[in-house]
Amino acid sequence: MSPIFYLLAALTIGGGLAAVLLKYLVHAALATTVAFAGLALLYLELDAQFAGFAQILVYIGAVAILIVFAILLTRGSDLPKDGVFSRTWALGLVIAAAVFAVLGWAVLQSVRAVPQQTAVPAVTVRDIGNALVGRYVLPLEIVALLLTAATIGAVIVAMHEKERPR
Amino acid sequence: MTSVGVSTPLAGYLLVAAMLFAIGLAGALVRRNAIMVLIGIELMLNAANLNLIAFWRFGPHPELLTGMMFAIFAIAVAAAEAAVGLGLVIAIHRHTNTTELDKINRMKG
Repeated sequence: MSPIFYLLAALTIGGGLAAVLLKYLVHAALATTVAFAGLALLYLELDAQFAGFAQILVYIGAVAILIVFAILLTRGSDLPKDGVFSRTWALGLVIAAAVFAVLGWAVLQSVRAVPQQTAVPAVTVRDIGNALVGRYVLPLEIVALLLTAATIGAVIVAMHEKERPR
Repeated sequence: MTSVGVSTPLAGYLLVAAMLFAIGLAGALVRRNAIMVLIGIELMLNAANLNLIAFWRFGPHPELLTGMMFAIFAIAVAAAEAAVGLGLVIAIHRHTNTTELDKINRMKG
């Protein structure tokens, strides 16, 4: 394990923790962006350049901006009076800890079975493009349809309705 | 991260993904605000993507691009999910004037 991995893992985990724990929503959104950036760097460390840059474009470029827009449109930047954690926070924490315990146990149990270090895969963007329009052309079209439907749906859901007489 | 099992690289990445997933789950379950729940869901989706990329990198056939393609499509679907989810939050805020999930109880019997 390289020191870079530990650095990036700490960045990602720290960003995620800060996102969950910070009181103000805008701070949480910024911490989420840090976690997204850490993940993109982890993808680059894993020699998945295309996925890394897609992560930067989609998450840091679009999703983070969307989250900030939603926070500001819903006046979420104000601090709520009765705390930021829900009434059943202890139960949620227990569930999350249990999930992490099971996942971590499964990973540590299967350490001997997982593949060891292999050679860097020689995959270029040209290969990815060929695969996208070759073997994966049907999923690509379905994702295109899904994105169109989601965009139209989001606009319709969030569109201002005309005032009805009550 | 200094436990005994993290001598292989893949296990390290899987542990980071598991931790990020647990953090996202905790965020989705613990926070009051609907936008924070969406942020938690995004963190969970990202943790799953890290798993996919790590398995692609250390798997036996990386040249087939299976895990990479799965991750790229998951990123696209997550972007659509974020757009629809935040649109829903804005619509709910317009109707009820709050994004606190404890107060949105109109459908409660």
